[in-house]
Amino acid sequence: MPHPAPKRPSDAPPLSFQDLILTLHAYWGAHGCAILQPYDLEMGAGTFHTATTLRALGPDPWNAAFVQPCRRPTDGRYGENPNRLGAYYQYQVILKPSPPDLQALYIGSLAAIGIDPLKHDIRFVEDDWESPTLGAWGLGWEVWCDGMEVTQFTYFQQMGGYDCKPVSGELTYGLERLAMYIQDKDSILDLAYNTPQPGMPALTYGDIFLENEKQMSKWNFEVADTDTLFDLFRKAVAECENCLAHKLPIPAYEQAIKASHVFNTLQARGVISVQERAAYMARVRDLAKGACTAWMDHNGWAA
Amino acid sequence: MTDFLLELRSEEIPARMQAKAAADLARLFTEQLAAAGLAATETQTFVTPRRLALIARGLPEATEAQSEEIKGPRTSAPPQALEGFLGKTGLQQSDLEDRDGIWFASKQTPGRDTRDVLAEAIPAIVRAFPWPKSMRWGAASTSTESLRWVRPLHGIVAIFGSDLVPCTIGDVTSGYETLGHRFHHPGVITIGGADDYAEKLRACHIIVDAEERRAIIRDGAKQLAADQGLDWILDEALVAENAGLTEWPVPLIGSFDPDFLSVPREVIQLTLATNQKYFVLESPPHANGEGDRPQGGGGGAEGAAQRLPQLAPAFICVANIDANDGGAAIVDGNRKVLAARLSDARHFWDQDRKKTLAQHAGGLARITFHEKLGTVADKVDRVARLARWLVEEGIVKVPPRNGEGDHAKHGGGVVSPSATPDETRPSVTSADAAAPPPRTGEELSRAQLATLVEQAARLAKADLVTEMVGEFPELQGVIGGYYARAEGLDPQVADAIRDHYKPVGQGDDVPTAPVTVAVSLADKLDTLVGFFLIDERPTGSRDPFALRRAALGVLEILNRNALRMGLWEAITRSLGGFAPQKLSPETGDENYEAYIAAQNDVFAKLPNFLADRLKVQQREAGVRHDLIDAVFALGGEDDLVRLLARVKALQAFIETPEGTNLLAGYKRAANILKKEDWGDPDTNGAHPEPVEGSSEGLRQAQPGRERDNSLSYTLENAEAALVAALDSAEPAARDAIANEDFAAAMAALASLRAPIDTFFEEVIVNDPDPDKRAARLRLLARIRSAVHAVADFSRIEG
Repeated sequence: MPHPAPKRPSDAPPLSFQDLILTLHAYWGAHGCAILQPYDLEMGAGTFHTATTLRALGPDPWNAAFVQPCRRPTDGRYGENPNRLGAYYQYQVILKPSPPDLQALYIGSLAAIGIDPLKHDIRFVEDDWESPTLGAWGLGWEVWCDGMEVTQFTYFQQMGGYDCKPVSGELTYGLERLAMYIQDKDSILDLAYNTPQPGMPALTYGDIFLENEKQMSKWNFEVADTDTLFDLFRKAVAECENCLAHKLPIPAYEQAIKASHVFNTLQARGVISVQERAAYMARVRDLAKGACTAWMDHNGWAA
Repeated sequence: MTDFLLELRSEEIPARMQAKAAADLARLFTEQLAAAGLAATETQTFVTPRRLALIARGLPEATEAQSEEIKGPRTSAPPQALEGFLGKTGLQQSDLEDRDGIWFASKQTPGRDTRDVLAEAIPAIVRAFPWPKSMRWGAASTSTESLRWVRPLHGIVAIFGSDLVPCTIGDVTSGYETLGHRFHHPGVITIGGADDYAEKLRACHIIVDAEERRAIIRDGAKQLAADQGLDWILDEALVAENAGLTEWPVPLIGSFDPDFLSVPREVIQLTLATNQKYFVLESPPHANGEGDRPQGGGGGAEGAAQRLPQLAPAFICVANIDANDGGAAIVDGNRKVLAARLSDARHFWDQDRKKTLAQHAGGLARITFHEKLGTVADKVDRVARLARWLVEEGIVKVPPRNGEGDHAKHGGGVVSPSATPDETRPSVTSADAAAPPPRTGEELSRAQLATLVEQAARLAKADLVTEMVGEFPELQGVIGGYYARAEGLDPQVADAIRDHYKPVGQGDDVPTAPVTVAVSLADKLDTLVGFFLIDERPTGSRDPFALRRAALGVLEILNRNALRMGLWEAITRSLGGFAPQKLSPETGDENYEAYIAAQNDVFAKLPNFLADRLKVQQREAGVRHDLIDAVFALGGEDDLVRLLARVKALQAFIETPEGTNLLAGYKRAANILKKEDWGDPDTNGAHPEPVEGSSEGLRQAQPGRERDNSLSYTLENAEAALVAALDSAEPAARDAIANEDFAAAMAALASLRAPIDTFFEEVIVNDPDPDKRAARLRLLARIRSAVHAVADFSRIEG
């Protein structure tokens, strides 16, 4: 199948952050993906979106692409580090079953956003993906562009403890990194967010998000009331179990995601020890796996 | 004779798996062919990220025809027998020949076409391929039985001579087509056969030979470095990894901001080599210019580091393309990635140093070491007390005057482990005096050493809560050492913090600087005692708390430094550190007893565990495990250094003719005693008291006791000679053992050899006179007892 891969001309001005997203939407939309909206819960990675986790289960074909805001409280740096943020965006593509030309499709998407593979060094470097909290793993690579990891490329083998039948291909683009790359910027905060129009201000990523980073870092690391967080964790766990008892996999899964994020925040507050950490992760994994099991049952899929 | 080409083309094979995959391909191919009776004159393999290939030369066109004679039933047998035979063999009656009343058939199996053999072999190889990790993919993966490969398999080229070997595996069918370089030549290439394979691919920007790619990287990197007056640091593993990541390797050189060199060298090296797979460069020692600027700004790495070659603010990366701009964009991109990583590292370096290590250590109270063993802060407190005790007891001793510890070679760190010179070995010095901390070169008092040790122990784990170690966990200890130095702590303390995890496994440096030795030993003992106390011992291959490694570390530290430590006392001392967490006045009797039982368990099991580790550790040094058993079985020996010295003396003795004969004599005596049920061997030679519950015979065998027995008969000459020999050898052996003169102990035993031999030649033990018999059996028991003063010879093999 010939792919309409509109290669971005090398003399074109680099894409703004928002145009990068729109270009990827257009590209994957043209390749048959449903373009979804972000999941409206706090989560640490796009893989947690039900469009990835739950849809990776079962036999039905599924092709989707979406942006997922990610929150990683421990990665926050008060907006002082040019390369790290506590909240950022991933671009997720999931194709099930994984098409035979997935690598070519992916490289086509890089060409579409203006990366010339004869000028830049694109490499597939082994990186097996595992999410202990989701009971999931897959084989694949981190894709390097001139030494920078720009995408995680994974063939899911298991999700929620179940073999993937069939296997999905998952692409996770780090949007800020890609944008820094194509815009040749040294700081995330300096990224051009929009394409300025006459009479309208040019916005940088920092204009929009710097204050969020500062305040959220302060809250995550210093202010968040840990008793409240522990309480939230317990309540999310209890509610997840309540949902599972009522055979409601999606609400159960949402509660598992909430518990996971509360746990991440507790980690940023530095109140979880190494050993406790394992126990908390096991707890979240059990919830997520429980939700996956309920989802399999609900759909009548055999393990 | 014909050549065969096989190429299995897939998505990118992990670099670390490629070399073994090539070897496995050759092995499986050879096995498959051998099973069909074929062999190639030469087999070559190739591997790139996207293809695994093999060329087998000199294969015949077909396997050899086989002729086989089959014997059938008698011609006189019932017709059913003949029918059955024909049915089984697929022969016609016309194929049979009547030979003396028996049907014979001569079955001709024609040679098989090699193409057919190959067509069957290829799928068999692919399905049996032992990838460390393999996966399913695509539409076929709705079944978990679908084909597995390291990554999706896309193409098979299988050409015998110029003929296609047709085969299908999963949804892949063999053909003449392959692909060139992913970007330089994305189109299809048609391969003619084994002869044009490598060259056709080369024309399409693929170098199939991994060694050739490695050579390109080595030569290219060396040249790039030389062009800039720098030294390229050869790292063969990194060369191989880069060759495994490229089909068309192009080394490129770039630089980074020299200000980053203020960050510890280990951090930079880890960032470059491990995270980015770049080669590290050094400025030659006497080069002028920028590369010569001293490292360790901010007090990080002064001192010895200046004697080492300096890291250069440069890197070499290996691209997979001949870039259309000559590589400028690639170098610039890599430079930015590196700058981002290094600025993160520098951020940690700056942030962490805003607090002292003592302040960082406060955070350890928030980290659980193990739920049953308290926090890391608790552990640190126990280790500090135990380490101090090791010094106060004189187990770890004050170094001799001018004893420069191994801190002098600072900067070696994890990257180029420094050798530990013999002259730093501690020796006997004790000068207890309250004095101000000594300046370098002055002799430490024991109290001063204890103070340094306790300080080091209390700070040793502090770096676990620093941001740098959070980011680079493999640099725990090393980073703490840098921070200690940066805040101006005693270099011996900084070194101990840096090195206290050592030795990490066999072959690693063993600490010799006294402060480091005390902290490292105490840390490992505490770990062992703690986990044995909560009954978390290694089982089979499971050793989640790395206790075997800790035990090996203890043994190596004790041996390397010849530390004389009573294990019982050390365990007792160490256990004391755990008690307050477990016991309080309110502790119920039941808990108290359980705790006492757990403590007893540590005494029962930890020494044996260490003895087992000692056997493993000493195996390489050629020390016999049965001899370790023979000494250990006596009990009472809890000084592992002394035990090993005794074992070594025993081994030297037992391997002489004297020793072999004595062992034979001992065994003969022991066997007779056993047959006569003359008590169990006294396994406790170090304790002269009779073992409780021992038989009458054993009690009779106690030396000294029988000498009071008046004998009712006249001793034969050989008998008298043996008694005399025992009378002198027994005390001599015991005294020698007590004086730790093990060679003398062996000599004492050796003096028994001739009298024992003569005794057995000339004296009949089983004399009809019951008095004689009993006296002679007692004599044999004395032999056994005398020998057991040195070792339990019943444990010795051979």
